[in-house]
Amino acid sequence: MYRYDEFDETLVKERVAQFRGQIARRLNGELTEEEFKPLRLMNGLYLQIHAYMLRVAIPYGTFNAKQMRMLAHIGRKYDKDYGHFTTRQNIQFNWIKLEDTADILEDLATVEMHAIQTSGNCIRNTTADPYAGAAVDEFEDPRIWAEVIRQWSSFHPEFSFLPRKFKIAVTGAPNDRAAVRVHDIGLTIKKNAAGETGFEVMIGGGQGRSPFIAKTISEFVPRDNLLSYLEAILRVYNMLGRRDNKYKARIKILVHEVGIEEIRRLVEAEWENLKGETSVDLPAEERDRIAAYFRAPSFETLADTDTGYEARRFEDRDFRHWVRSNVVAHRQPGYAIVNISLKPTGGIPGDISGDQMDAVADIADAYALDSEIRATLQQNLVLPHVKLSDLPAVYDKLAAAGLATGNIGLAGDIIACPGLDYCNLANARAIPIAQQISDRFADLNRQYDIGNLEIKISGCINACGHHHVGHIGILGVDRKGEEHYQLTLGGRADDAAAIGEITGPGFSADGIIDAVDNVVETYLSLRQDPAERFIDTLERVGHTPFKENLYGPKAA
Amino acid sequence: MALIKNGTQVSDQWLVAADDTPVQADIPTIVSYKRFLAERDTLVRSRAELGVKLVPGDDVSAIAADLPRLQVVALDFPKFTDGRSYSTARLLRQRYGFQGEIRATGDVLRDQYLFMKRAGFDAFQVKDGAEAQGWIEAMGELSHYYQPAADGTNAVWAERHAIAAAE
Repeated sequence: MYRYDEFDETLVKERVAQFRGQIARRLNGELTEEEFKPLRLMNGLYLQIHAYMLRVAIPYGTFNAKQMRMLAHIGRKYDKDYGHFTTRQNIQFNWIKLEDTADILEDLATVEMHAIQTSGNCIRNTTADPYAGAAVDEFEDPRIWAEVIRQWSSFHPEFSFLPRKFKIAVTGAPNDRAAVRVHDIGLTIKKNAAGETGFEVMIGGGQGRSPFIAKTISEFVPRDNLLSYLEAILRVYNMLGRRDNKYKARIKILVHEVGIEEIRRLVEAEWENLKGETSVDLPAEERDRIAAYFRAPSFETLADTDTGYEARRFEDRDFRHWVRSNVVAHRQPGYAIVNISLKPTGGIPGDISGDQMDAVADIADAYALDSEIRATLQQNLVLPHVKLSDLPAVYDKLAAAGLATGNIGLAGDIIACPGLDYCNLANARAIPIAQQISDRFADLNRQYDIGNLEIKISGCINACGHHHVGHIGILGVDRKGEEHYQLTLGGRADDAAAIGEITGPGFSADGIIDAVDNVVETYLSLRQDPAERFIDTLERVGHTPFKENLYGPKAA
Repeated sequence: MALIKNGTQVSDQWLVAADDTPVQADIPTIVSYKRFLAERDTLVRSRAELGVKLVPGDDVSAIAADLPRLQVVALDFPKFTDGRSYSTARLLRQRYGFQGEIRATGDVLRDQYLFMKRAGFDAFQVKDGAEAQGWIEAMGELSHYYQPAADGTNAVWAERHAIAAAE
């Protein structure tokens, strides 16, 4: 993984000192709250219902055991002994004091971490495939380019006061695990006919109150021109994006209102000019320097499988089930990708205690190459490089820490935003709904029978819980002072990305749990065979049978 | 108001003229973009030192041909969260090669200094007193930059490889 050199280290430390000064000027009244707000947001500090919340960046979701231990320490010392992994591969601490923030950032800086641009109307933490460097289907590691973008976008002199936030995601595999089509810019690494590496560039995707799937603005931008092309897009957006209404300020609205053809014309014209004016595109030696950090770790030469691992799988049903749902094939023989679910039955999605963080760090040190850990868009964790022969030990240690729930990609693997329990913007609670659905599907055998099912819950229209792209999406709204939940079906964030459709009238907080159950039962009764996933059955039979079972034949 | 230029507070020689105030030959004057476009020929022929003030949304390409005749371009920040003038400043320096003063006016806070300087601004109209001192402090807050921009400083990668080449 990337390691800071003297320049990265100096910059992060200087940013801490700068922010310490900004906090001091806020506390002595020199800065008004209105002036301070954009400054603190640009450093990941929100003011929520009960306290400040600090969002710490995990660039493209890649970190290590040492950094995880520091996160545990911060949870213990400054929060209530836990942290919350988010859908953007970051971690949030929900009970922070303003006065402690600079000290926290100083602690983070000792392990090459920070909160730079985890919020605010700037270019946010770039996200990437959590299986990068390990996936069987990958043809280039997206983290190289995510790191290139991290550096380019940090403290950008032109793009730090954009109309609205700006999110970029990168994948290097045909099976999109980075949800690139629901980002402001989505990048897919590809090769052209001449065998050169470049990017398909998609823009204007996003969720929130007006969801859009991104449109392709360029089929192929050569890799060495990526940054100038991004500057061209960002400049067009900075100049033309709407600033009169924050709900219409994202680039997706600009693309929608102006049209992709006109935006493409403007961007290409800007790009032609920019290429002659700026040296923003990295020289090959810098690209190679960054790429070198992402070379494959030192894999051992191993057999395709391991007898100890096979024996345990044969003897131990729980282990077998965990392997089936949480372990993914690795490109290197004898290795596996291990997913760690942060969705225990009835738990709060993404929450992890200080002791659990330390346990993951210990496991990563003992069994994961380079002690590497990943945070995923599904609020889970990944150990990307684990030997098959070590899987029994990894499983036992995870189980001892309460982290061996075998439900990755299943009904219990629910995404939920913090909702009305924490968030200032929320209209309804999301976490208790997730907990109740998780309890309803507590029987893992039932979850295995149902198979792949992505349930996503947002507590307001801003859609931080990604309900638009849930196979089953739930949106909490406020109806005359009561929490009320809309149900959507058929959303997905993969390479066939789609926005879910609302089924009909919404449900009460209790009713929504039954409604989800109802939808699942309809699926089970309609699927051709157990191999047909929920999303495939829905596509084959359409929404009508689901609506009929929810509301009765007439309503559908 | 105080004017910060080249790292120090300087006295402001420029008059910002209302659109109905006549321009006098011996007084350096900044006029609005709208007025400049309307009275261009008269203004360019006058002997006065001239500046033009643009607000976000004004099209800088419309004055590009006249830039050699201008000493100052003032770019306004009606709210400090409106970042359009950063793009305009880079266009002035990097596309149109403007060598004169680019002045930030309006809601201008010291926390924007490093962004503004790198986008090509070299003069900052700020509130009097402690504020001006704060701006001078803000100049040293970051010592490296990840990307090249309009102020001629090297990006970190250029520094990295300069060291590597020297070793």
